Amino acid sequence: MRMPKTLISAASAVVIVLGGGSMTAAQAAEGEDQARIIQEGKKIAFHRKKGNCLACHAIEGGRLPGNIGPPLVNMKERFPDKAKLRAQIWDATVNNPNTIMPPFGKHGILTEQEIDKVVEFIYSL
Amino acid sequence: MRKLLALTFSLAIGGFVMGPAQADPADDLAAFQNYFKQKFPEVPFQDFANGVYAIDPASRAQWEAIEEFPPYEIAIEEGERLFNIPFKNGKTYADCFENGGIGIAQNYPYFDDERKEVITLPLAINECRVQNGEKPLPYKKGKLASILAYMVYTSRGNVIDVKIPSLSARDAYEKGKQSYYARRGQLNMACAHCHVDNAGRRIRADLLSPALGHVTHFPVYRSKWGELGTLHRRFAGCNKQVRAKPFKAQSEEYRNLEYFLTYMSNGLEINGPGARK
Ligand code: HEC
Ligand code: HEC
Repeated sequence: MRMPKTLISAASAVVIVLGGGSMTAAQAAEGEDQARIIQEGKKIAFHRKKGNCLACHAIEGGRLPGNIGPPLVNMKERFPDKAKLRAQIWDATVNNPNTIMPPFGKHGILTEQEIDKVVEFIYSL
Repeated sequence: MRKLLALTFSLAIGGFVMGPAQADPADDLAAFQNYFKQKFPEVPFQDFANGVYAIDPASRAQWEAIEEFPPYEIAIEEGERLFNIPFKNGKTYADCFENGGIGIAQNYPYFDDERKEVITLPLAINECRVQNGEKPLPYKKGKLASILAYMVYTSRGNVIDVKIPSLSARDAYEKGKQSYYARRGQLNMACAHCHVDNAGRRIRADLLSPALGHVTHFPVYRSKWGELGTLHRRFAGCNKQVRAKPFKAQSEEYRNLEYFLTYMSNGLEINGPGARK
């Protein structure tokens, strides 16, 4: 369950590709949008009164994380299906009835839109 | 959900399955204490009375330095003074308690079979006041916490030995136990999630203390509070953390919870008042 530290630092090597030589203007605009959504998702995930994911998970860019849950790294590999990632955040008790992870969607801790943004951020890790 | 918590817990200690409702309190107690002994094999049993400092050498040194000039010392003196001031009718607290109230904290909480309820020491202090024509004191802090600090201080080293003497007592115990393993609040967490399953892990920067030993050192001086607080004040704080509505201090709910939690610490010595961050 717990991932080695090397994986965390490996995550820092994952870079979001935003601009590219051969992009159209529309693609570039979409990329900027996506970057903004990820940024907003990060804010929500780190905010103590919102996601507060750092209470339990090490996440690249977050200080003093807890270690109750696994570090959130390599998320595209862990969750090839993005919907499954969303479902984990929406209600973690479906996968593990005894989980300590709060059901962010089911209990209205975050709005659906906030969860969408958090998913984009987590998926970028 | 509670079943599952109890399940992981008993699996962890040996592989036999027991639902919380069927288990005998004595079996609960053995399973509970063994779980923590196995989880923290390097911690001597009595040291569980020291909370996070029993499992975190880094913060222990700092805490030991604080204990050299304990921040609760003034409260003990204040408590002793208050304890000895006679009520308007001439009687004193000493008249209400066994052994004049000295060295008796380990006998609380107990189940009163006539009243069919759990009697905690703070409750007994206020009932003593009321019987003698005085007003009850607020339960979470202040004068009552000081009186408690004095009474607990005179009980240091005495061993907790809570009994469950009857079926009604057993009922109160089961309610307290249920309460400990029940999910609550918007964040959907049980006490046991943090202090059993994840004891020793960090929630953000805070190390989670084992439930074993949680009751030995109250009232406690918390630097966060800047003053003394009672056990039920702490319960309420932990309820609020998960965005659950806390119960009232000395409500039946919290007294049952204290009954269960104290029974789980049977065998540990009273070491209050304590200091925590
Ligand atoms: C109180 C603790 C806690 C909080 C807060 C928490 N989690 Fe979790 N999380 C866990 C635990 C424990 C697991 C391990 C699996 C389980 O028990 O569900 C987990 C698992 C996960 C997983 C699956 C990881 C994997 O590789 O399988 C993801 C993704 C995740 N959490 C995302 C989040 C996000 C995003 C947030 C904040 C919005 C969050 N968690 C907040 C405790 C927490
Ligand atoms: C979200 C996690 C969480 C939950 C749920 C939780 N607590 Fe706590 N509790 C903490 C933290 C963090 C502390 C401070 C560090 C420590 O001593 O564990 C604490 C401290 C305590 C202490 C003081 C320990 C000491 O040594 O002085 C007691 C007693 C306690 N909790 C009881 C409870 C009870 C009873 C419940 C359920 C009603 C509960 N907690 C639920 C996180 C939690």
